[in-house]
Amino acid sequence: MNSIVYLTRKAEFAASHFYHNPDFTPEENQRIFGKCNNPNGHGHNYLLEVTVKGQVDPRTGFVVDLKQLKEVMSKEVLDAMDHRFLNKEVPEFLKSIPTTENLAIAIWQRMAPKLKTAELHRVRVYETQDLFVDFYGEA
Amino acid sequence: MKAYLTRRYWFAASHRLHNDVFSDAENRTIYGKCNNPHGHGHNYAIEVTVSGPVDAGTGMICNLVDLDGFVQKQVLMRYDRQNLNVLPEFAQAVPTTENLCIGIYELIQSGFALAHLERVRIEETMMNSFEYSGTSEPLR
Repeated sequence: MNSIVYLTRKAEFAASHFYHNPDFTPEENQRIFGKCNNPNGHGHNYLLEVTVKGQVDPRTGFVVDLKQLKEVMSKEVLDAMDHRFLNKEVPEFLKSIPTTENLAIAIWQRMAPKLKTAELHRVRVYETQDLFVDFYGEA
Repeated sequence: MKAYLTRRYWFAASHRLHNDVFSDAENRTIYGKCNNPHGHGHNYAIEVTVSGPVDAGTGMICNLVDLDGFVQKQVLMRYDRQNLNVLPEFAQAVPTTENLCIGIYELIQSGFALAHLERVRIEETMMNSFEYSGTSEPLR
């Protein structure tokens, strides 16, 4: 069978951030980012869902080596971001704003080259229960 | 780079599923307990998905304050704590969650210009949900 199967693994991490663009005036930062502009930061419990896709290996019955997926999520995302201040401790966000959109893109870019046996399909990041972003690697 | 942002909102409303073109017996057969003449209510959860390129300056697809403001004013204030059957859009249409989903999609699609509307998804209860994307293309 050539059936494509999608597998999703979840992970949770807690991190702080704030939104500020030095190219904007203080007034613009306040107007655009509102309370997220507080320079002392604030935090979230982020829920990450990583979906990979592929054909089921006839010998193992697996679509992906779950152990390797878990290791990549742990090393590339959780070790770098869990209990961190995203603006100051994650290199991507020294130059871009750690919005949920940019977080989803950064996680995709960290994970995609490291996955050996699976093709990344979607990165979904929940900032709260009522807000999430999906990234499919689209240009 | 293109990303998709989904925001979840809530409202509470009542409705009754009934169509005058059917007989009373047919209405009871088709709509079951949803045909109760006195109506009943739900806590509706609305998921609005918008998409677009992530702006290099703001890191955003669109400002959430703008989306929240639009949905609050045009959708939540319209439907929250209302009886759907007495609203003009349901004068001729049965207020099923299918029709509600299409109606809310069209409200946002025609009025919110700051991002592309991908989909409206409504949970009527924890056990059922409805989605409308304005096309017949499969959802991602």
